Amino acid sequence: MTDSKYFTTTKKGEIFELKAELNSDKKEKKKEAVKKVIASMTVGKDVSALFPDVVNCMQTDNLELKKLVYLYLMNYAKSQPDMAIMAVNTFVKDCEDPNPLIRALAVRTMGCIRVDKITEYLCEPLRKCLKDEDPYVRKTAAVCVAKLHDINAQLVEDQGFLDTLKDLISDSNPMVVANAVAALSEIAESHPSSNLLDLNPQSINKLLTALNECTEWGQIFILDCLANYTPKDDREAQSICERVTPRLSHANSAVVLSAVKVLMKFMEMLSKDLDYYGTLLKKLAPPLVTLLSAEPELQYVALRNINLIVQKRPEILKHEMKVFFVKYNDPIYVKLEKLDIMIRLASQANIAQVLAELKEYATEVDVDFVRKAVRAIGRCAIKVEQSAERCVSTLLDLIQTKVNYVVQEAIVVIKDIFRKYPNKYESVIATLCENLDSLDEPEARAAMIWIVGEYAERIDNADELLESFLEGFHDESTQVQLQLLTAIVKLFLKKPTETQELVQQVLSLATQDSDNPDLRDRGYIYWRLLSTDPVAAKEVVLAEKPLISEETDLIEPTLLDELICYIGTLASVYHKPPSTFVEGGRGVAHKSLPPRAASSESTESPETAPAGAPPGEQPDVIPTQGDLLGDLLNLDLGPPVSGPPLATSSVQMGAVDLLGGGLDSLMGDEPEGIGGTNFVAPPAAAVPANLGAPISSGLSDLFDLTSGVGTLSGSYVAPKAVWLPAMKAKGLEISGTFTRQVGSISMDLQLTNKALQVMTDFAIQFNRNSFGLAPAAPLQVHAPLSPNQTVEISLPLNTVGSVMKMEPLNNLQVAVKNNIDVFYFSTLYPLHILFVEDGKMDRQMFLATWKDIPNENEAQFQIRDCPLNAEAVSSKLQSSNIFTIAKRNVEGQDMLYQSLKLTNGIWVLAELRIQPGSPSFTDLELSLKCRAPEVSQYVYQAYETLLKN
Amino acid sequence: MIHSLFLINCSGDIFLEKHWKSVVSQSVCDYFFEAQEKAADVENVPPVISTPHHYLISIYRDKLFFVSVIQTEVPPLFVIEFLHRVADTFQDYFGECSEAAIKDNVVIVYELLEEMLDNGFPLATESNILKELIKPPTILRSVVNSITGSSNVGDTLPTGQLSNIPWRRAGVKYTNNEAYFDVVEEIDAIIDKSGATVFAEIQGVIDACIKLSGMPDLSLSFMNPRLLDDVSFHPCIRFKRWESERVLSFIPPDGNFRLISYRVSSQNLVAIPVYVKHSISFKENSSAGRFDITIGPKQNMGKTIEGITVTVHMPKVVLNMNLTPTQGSYTFDPVTKVLTWDVGKITPQKLPSLKGLVNLQSGAPKPEENPSLNIQFRIQQLAISGLKVNRLDMYGEKYKPFKGVKYVTKAGKFQVRT
Repeated sequence: MTDSKYFTTTKKGEIFELKAELNSDKKEKKKEAVKKVIASMTVGKDVSALFPDVVNCMQTDNLELKKLVYLYLMNYAKSQPDMAIMAVNTFVKDCEDPNPLIRALAVRTMGCIRVDKITEYLCEPLRKCLKDEDPYVRKTAAVCVAKLHDINAQLVEDQGFLDTLKDLISDSNPMVVANAVAALSEIAESHPSSNLLDLNPQSINKLLTALNECTEWGQIFILDCLANYTPKDDREAQSICERVTPRLSHANSAVVLSAVKVLMKFMEMLSKDLDYYGTLLKKLAPPLVTLLSAEPELQYVALRNINLIVQKRPEILKHEMKVFFVKYNDPIYVKLEKLDIMIRLASQANIAQVLAELKEYATEVDVDFVRKAVRAIGRCAIKVEQSAERCVSTLLDLIQTKVNYVVQEAIVVIKDIFRKYPNKYESVIATLCENLDSLDEPEARAAMIWIVGEYAERIDNADELLESFLEGFHDESTQVQLQLLTAIVKLFLKKPTETQELVQQVLSLATQDSDNPDLRDRGYIYWRLLSTDPVAAKEVVLAEKPLISEETDLIEPTLLDELICYIGTLASVYHKPPSTFVEGGRGVAHKSLPPRAASSESTESPETAPAGAPPGEQPDVIPTQGDLLGDLLNLDLGPPVSGPPLATSSVQMGAVDLLGGGLDSLMGDEPEGIGGTNFVAPPAAAVPANLGAPISSGLSDLFDLTSGVGTLSGSYVAPKAVWLPAMKAKGLEISGTFTRQVGSISMDLQLTNKALQVMTDFAIQFNRNSFGLAPAAPLQVHAPLSPNQTVEISLPLNTVGSVMKMEPLNNLQVAVKNNIDVFYFSTLYPLHILFVEDGKMDRQMFLATWKDIPNENEAQFQIRDCPLNAEAVSSKLQSSNIFTIAKRNVEGQDMLYQSLKLTNGIWVLAELRIQPGSPSFTDLELSLKCRAPEVSQYVYQAYETLLKN
Repeated sequence: MIHSLFLINCSGDIFLEKHWKSVVSQSVCDYFFEAQEKAADVENVPPVISTPHHYLISIYRDKLFFVSVIQTEVPPLFVIEFLHRVADTFQDYFGECSEAAIKDNVVIVYELLEEMLDNGFPLATESNILKELIKPPTILRSVVNSITGSSNVGDTLPTGQLSNIPWRRAGVKYTNNEAYFDVVEEIDAIIDKSGATVFAEIQGVIDACIKLSGMPDLSLSFMNPRLLDDVSFHPCIRFKRWESERVLSFIPPDGNFRLISYRVSSQNLVAIPVYVKHSISFKENSSAGRFDITIGPKQNMGKTIEGITVTVHMPKVVLNMNLTPTQGSYTFDPVTKVLTWDVGKITPQKLPSLKGLVNLQSGAPKPEENPSLNIQFRIQQLAISGLKVNRLDMYGEKYKPFKGVKYVTKAGKFQVRT
């Protein structure tokens, strides 16, 4: 009595037999035959040869038979387009049937027959069905428009179906509304530019009403559509949030997550002082936690999203650490995600519990999970300083277990802990050395070698240890080889007497017997350094390293903001914006969080800030460890050559430029992991800086530095302009410019006497101005100025004068007095004279600050016709105290992250996008973020001035 | 939206495929098989897999993989929820969701899938609507059908399809009107070596079986509704009423359904009904170890704890186990290394214990990890959170229904680390 009988075959040949049955006169036999055909179809068997016979069964009163024939048609019409036309008449007739079920079935099936010829016949019935009196038919027809659009988009537009579909959003039946929204969303996805879902407060209101009454699936479509709307102010945002929150209690997890998306997005607009903001935060936690009690597949998707949510708003789940504890029978993909979130939520308050759990996990069976747990202990140590000691002792306990992969993983993370807390935990080195022989993975070997080299002076038998690695030098991976080379050079510099032989051995291995250019190059650099100037070598190789931070695995703020807009979608599972992976790259429009509404906290938020500018539209990359390289290069630059501190910007830049290329190739193939870059840090120490300007000749073949060091430091100086024409000042002509050199600002003036009498008794005074610029000394004109004589004066300025906001901001009103009269003029000073030398922000600070500054403070500019590459831009800017903190390459574009500080302590953060190499793209895009956004425009002007000169 | 669906059994055969748009070749499943191979254990196959042109989103249920193919950006939870709904429907229609049941009813399955999804958009997923459209198979019906030639496909539009209460059809009639509620609470807990609770929460559900005629409007109230602060509702529940009065007010679907599910997590509310004393040790350089566990009652509110089962995944080096239970029986599977001890009831006078020797593979290093114990139990007539139904009122209909509430507490993911 079961359907499995349909699968049995007979000797004569199945198709032949079926054909006979299909053409049988008996209704029942016919139906059985069609069932057999369908059964074959379900397992992927080709039964298309029966097409005409099956279609013949279509004209029937029996609904089941009709449905079965339709099923068949949908599958095979494509392969038999001419035959499919035979079916059209029946469809058209069925669309007029008094039974709405049959009308709907016909229109639904017709849409599924993906044959161009049929679509022409479909238009009329579809138009009728869209206006059908029965909502069931209307809702089916709405979906049919999407189907038709997929087959023939032009036809749908020409026939005006899109407008009909838009009208259906106002339908009285919520199910029809939901399906219309779903259909429109799908069509809009393939036409990102078309403004199909024209959302306005009225249509939003309709959607919100339908939301309460439609099916769970409809709710998902509507919520996803709502998330694309940008409310006009915080009050509207709040009222939408209020109407969406009940969805958080829905049994369908997809509804819950879509609601979370809407709330997370609109929350951005609410002021943090609002009571409702706090209420909303509290309401978000329980549903997210509840998702974790669902099936493991749902948990996985939920966890990937929670990972984003805790990065954006850690406060939501900060008390819910325990629900992320791993159960031993969780699937591995759930375990790994939970672990990740545990680390993100780790704080001083809960670190003890977290560590106890991690230690428990480190004894589990699954190797991947155990490794990640051990790594997590290291990350905790780096993240929560107070716990570092406990973490180290936990790691030592784990090393005692002697389980091979645990030991190796522990050593890798202990190396990172050394980097974070130097000179604190070195007592454990002895224990680590005991396990030297058991290490067989390159990363662990490299880490161990790094430790031995770094602390060679404290390890009595460091030379023996390193020598033991040297025996199999050629069998090691590149990572280990490079590390070994550096470590032995370090050892030599620390204990030169006993290790000369060793270092020669490794240098010759690296330079003569190796095919790896990176290894060879590094070997040569060390060799020449050591042979020409051991002191310099010491400075280079043993330079102090910057501390590492825990933030390297965070998602970049702009990307995070974009991903928050995609909560619940595939993008949120992959943590990539859809534009990077959605099939066909249909130019998916970037989404961005709405700007926070103006509130009391931003009293100084001025009109100049382009509040409406959509922030963070560009896709950004996840910071990769390799990016630390930029930091190393910049941070490591040694002390200045001479003169007052902070005044050597151009010297520093020279070093970066020249070293940049060489080091890139040296470090090019370093594998991931902070460790990779740690090892190579030493060479980055500023060779030129430490060697002083006259470079020893031995190095000049390596570093062609002379030109770089030769130029004088100081920022760009504009040519003098006439500020006060002679005719306005009784014959006194004043022209001038502003300069910033070696940390001091001055106003370079040129006074010309065009009158017929001698001028004396010069004095100068500034009106109060935006940055408190004032003369630091009186105007010194030593001799009387005779007619037609010109004198050049440099007037030192400081910024301790009284402050008054000027319009424009950089306006300076000056009064000059001489024996004839007092003259007034005003001039605009370029903002870059106010950029101070210590304007280089720490990388972590940068990330945190960028995140912290509200989005509406972001301003975007274009710098046109500036055909410079990233290096040139960065060096140009650095000489005017705009510091590049990190550089990375996104989709072929260079992104520079820069910071600068004004004399009054205002920080400005910048993101500069450059498209290198192509002469047609000479425009740079500049995004500025600053707590006092009114300066942005002037900073932009400064950028433009600096880059174009 | 959802493009295609493939059903795959544990041995990797694709035994059913359904396409809602154009046909996608079976070969797309190769990516899935690849991931499956990598995962080793069937339960560890990642639910979202990307291939060059498609995404595969899958669930694993009842030893079957439901693999859906999607091509555009779709909320994965939507797909996963839908796949579970498909499996639920099969379960509902055929009594089990198995390869045999699906193959036996392949035409109904196909009709169902066609009815549930249109062009990738869910169409009808409510069980009562589906059952009006496509009648579930019964022996009687197939006999009748074959005699009379009538079909099992409904030919009128289901009444619930468009109403504001799609979950209920009109014209329901019963001779005995009954409404039963089961309050089922599961304790999820992790207990550490020393017996301290690392984590504990209660996952509760109220399942209802409502057989009432007409359009009854029910109100269910609790003695202590404050316990419920994290709740997921069936769509039938009026959220506003709950927000303002903490009363569950609803027009119920017909038949069995889950009314609410809830979570009680604050640690002090979660009582742990059993404790386990354990000592599992492996000697260094010897091929033996000792195993000794005892179970006793704790915070059981004076009720009997029954249906206790202890499951232990022993380390790989364990060859065999030689144990003596004071109560119940045990089995050890030397292939999967799973020890199962079926304990039964706890009588406080004589606590059940299981002790004996563990034989290890000789020469292998002693296992690093101690196994976790997975414990199952059941307590009848108790909701461990203390939740109590106060009363059930019915409006809208005249008759007097039979009413009943049952409570049961079970172990969910209840793990004891050793």
